[in-house]
Amino acid sequence: MLSKIVRTVANQLILFVLIFGLYVIAHGHLTPGGGFQGGAVVVSGVVMLIVAFSSHDLKKSLREHILTVMESTGALVFALLAVAGISTTFFYNFLVGSPVFGRIPPTGPNPGDFWTGGFVPLMNFAVGLKVIAGLCAVVLALALFTRGEEIEE
Amino acid sequence: MRQVVGVILLLVLVAFLVAGMLLIHPFGYPPSDMDDYIIQNAQRETGNNNVVASVVFDYRGLDTLGEATILFTAVTGVLLLLRAQRRKEERS
Amino acid sequence: MMEQVPLNFPFLAAALLLGISFYIILFRRNLIKLVMGIAMMSSGVNLFIVALGYRAGGNAPIYTDVPEGPMVLPVPQALTLTSIVINVAVLALMLTMVVHIYRHTGDIDSKKSRILKG
Repeated sequence: MLSKIVRTVANQLILFVLIFGLYVIAHGHLTPGGGFQGGAVVVSGVVMLIVAFSSHDLKKSLREHILTVMESTGALVFALLAVAGISTTFFYNFLVGSPVFGRIPPTGPNPGDFWTGGFVPLMNFAVGLKVIAGLCAVVLALALFTRGEEIEE
Repeated sequence: MRQVVGVILLLVLVAFLVAGMLLIHPFGYPPSDMDDYIIQNAQRETGNNNVVASVVFDYRGLDTLGEATILFTAVTGVLLLLRAQRRKEERS
Repeated sequence: MMEQVPLNFPFLAAALLLGISFYIILFRRNLIKLVMGIAMMSSGVNLFIVALGYRAGGNAPIYTDVPEGPMVLPVPQALTLTSIVINVAVLALMLTMVVHIYRHTGDIDSKKSRILKG
C-alpha cells in the first residue's frame, strides 16, 4: 500500500479512465478503436488500482464468480450474433436496412452518424466485456500468487 | 565447438532475412487488388464509416471468432495453473 | 509528401529485431530473458506486417472527416490486431509457467530445470 497522496489521486483518476475506455469501445465504428483496444484501456486503470492499494484489499471487490459470468456472457452474445443470420450465410450482417442500427452513410468523407453500422457496435460491446473480464482475472491471479495467497474457490 | 556452429548458422539466417527484405516491392507502393475493392465498396455494403472495423468483424469475422476462442482458452489455462497448490497440501 | 524511402528502411528494422531476438533465444539461459526475447520477436513481426501495407502519402482508412488523398491498405491492420491479442495470451501463459518453475525448483536457469528428478 503506497502513501496517502497516491491513494487519493488514484481514487479520483479511476473514474476518468473508465469513462474514456467505454467511449473508445462505444464509438468503435466511427473513430479508430473498438472492442480490444477499449478493453485494454479499462484493464490498465484496474492495474493502477492494484498498484496503489494492495491486492489483498481488492480481492473482496473483484470476486471471481462475477468475472467468469461476465466473460461467458460476452462470448455467448458474440456467437449468437454470428449465428442469427444463418438463413443466408454464417456471418451475415442482418441489421443493415432495419431501423435499429441500419442507416447507410453517404459515400465519401462525412461527419459520422451514430446509428450506422449493422451489428458491428453490438459485437464491439460483447468483445469489450470479454476482454475486460478475462484480463482482470489474469492480472489479479498473478498479483495474488506472488504474494503467497490464492483466489478462493 | 557447438557455439561456433551456432554463430555461423545465425549469420546465415540473418543474411537470408536481409536479402529477402531487399527484394520485396519498394516501400510505399504495394500491389493491391482486393484492398481497392474493399475501400470502394465497404460503406455501401456494410454501412460502416470505419473500414478496418468492417474488415475485422464482417469481411473476416471467422478470424475474430478464433481469436476470441484463444483468449478464452488462455484465461482458463492461467486460472487453472494458479490454483493447483491448495489441493496438493490438503491431500498430503 | 514523402518520396520513395531508399533501401526499404522499415523492413530492415524488422529484420534487425528478428535477428537480435534469435540471438537471445539461442544463447541465453535465464528464463526471464527467454520470455523477453519472444516478446521482441512478436514486436518485429507486427512491425513488418503493418509496414507492408503503407501507401506513400496515404491517410488512415476511416471515412469520418478524412482529408484528400489515397488510403492505406486496411487488411494488414486487421491481421496485426489479431496477432497482438494472441501474443498477449501466450505471454501470460508463459509467465505463469515461469512462476511455477521457480516455486518448484527454486532456480531460474534452464539448464538446471531440464533434468527430470524421480
